[in-house]
Amino acid sequence: MTTTTDFRFAVNVSPKPGILDPQGRAVEGSLGHLGIDGVSAVRVGRRIELTVAAADEAGARSIVERLAGELLSNPLIEAYAVELLGATSSTRSEVPA
Amino acid sequence: MTVRIGVVLFPGSNRDIDAVNALRIAGAEPVILWHDDADLAGVAGVLLPGGFAYGDYLRAGVIARFSPVMRAVAGFAADGGHVLGICNGFQVLTEAHLLPGALLRNRGLRFVSRGVTITAERLDTPFTRALGERRALRMPVAHGEGCFFADEATLDELEANGQVLFRYVHPDGTRAGGEDDRANPNGSLRAIAGVINAAGNVAGLMPHPETAVEEVLGSDDGLGIIASFVASATERRAAGGAAAVAVGAGSR
Repeated sequence: MTTTTDFRFAVNVSPKPGILDPQGRAVEGSLGHLGIDGVSAVRVGRRIELTVAAADEAGARSIVERLAGELLSNPLIEAYAVELLGATSSTRSEVPA
Repeated sequence: MTVRIGVVLFPGSNRDIDAVNALRIAGAEPVILWHDDADLAGVAGVLLPGGFAYGDYLRAGVIARFSPVMRAVAGFAADGGHVLGICNGFQVLTEAHLLPGALLRNRGLRFVSRGVTITAERLDTPFTRALGERRALRMPVAHGEGCFFADEATLDELEANGQVLFRYVHPDGTRAGGEDDRANPNGSLRAIAGVINAAGNVAGLMPHPETAVEEVLGSDDGLGIIASFVASATERRAAGGAAAVAVGAGSR
């Protein structure tokens, strides 16, 4: 028997400051059509949620960090922030290999 | 003997047949390489064609980067093998860090599919040597994410190293401007349409030379690029350049 915990994370990926964000610019450009004033600096990013089964939070977080840096974001143009959403513990029977 | 050139087929590749056709016209024997197979079948060069590999999910090219065939391609490139990425293939090569920079969404936000004009900045590379002289080359683009980006320091370094291989130009050959200039279809920084790695054996470009290889298609200006690539791979193979080695067991 072994106890693992399911950690639920969100990875928020956004264009780095200074990187042109045409999507953000398009959204901003549309605000006038809604009759809204005073909104600026719109940036469009991406949010990825995922669950990692691990023994502890540090282990789970290191997996998410690796994923975020190598796959989910392109460090040349994007920054990311990892956010822990929750954790659920479960006890599992290990079947011998 | 006809040189064998690999064309990588990812799920979502759609310019592979154009690449096969262009390679045949350039005198090579095209070999389709499957994305899930870490085996380059002993080809003398690798072409990554255009399309939407893995649906371009997450970012164009990123999921393709982690496919078994790309591990083999990275090894082949590290060994000095010639690799050419076109459009989506260029995006895959930047995501795989085999080429510098990144391709962002077109500044105009629209998918752009039309003819453009580019020039080769250098004529002494494995991908441009058969072009003869520097002149305006007409060929199509068809992409939504082709805006070449790198930070200012990297751009300066690329210019200094001669790694800017192709630039968008006006039909008269003068350099295209920024995003407001129609000659620059995607707002690429410094009008960069294609780059080459520092070692000089991996190159990528957003325009499609492989669909501009016959007059009947409207232009054969792209053939010089494909022919250069084929000639370089042929020469390297003849000089005893190592055959692409399969990663892991099961080489054939």
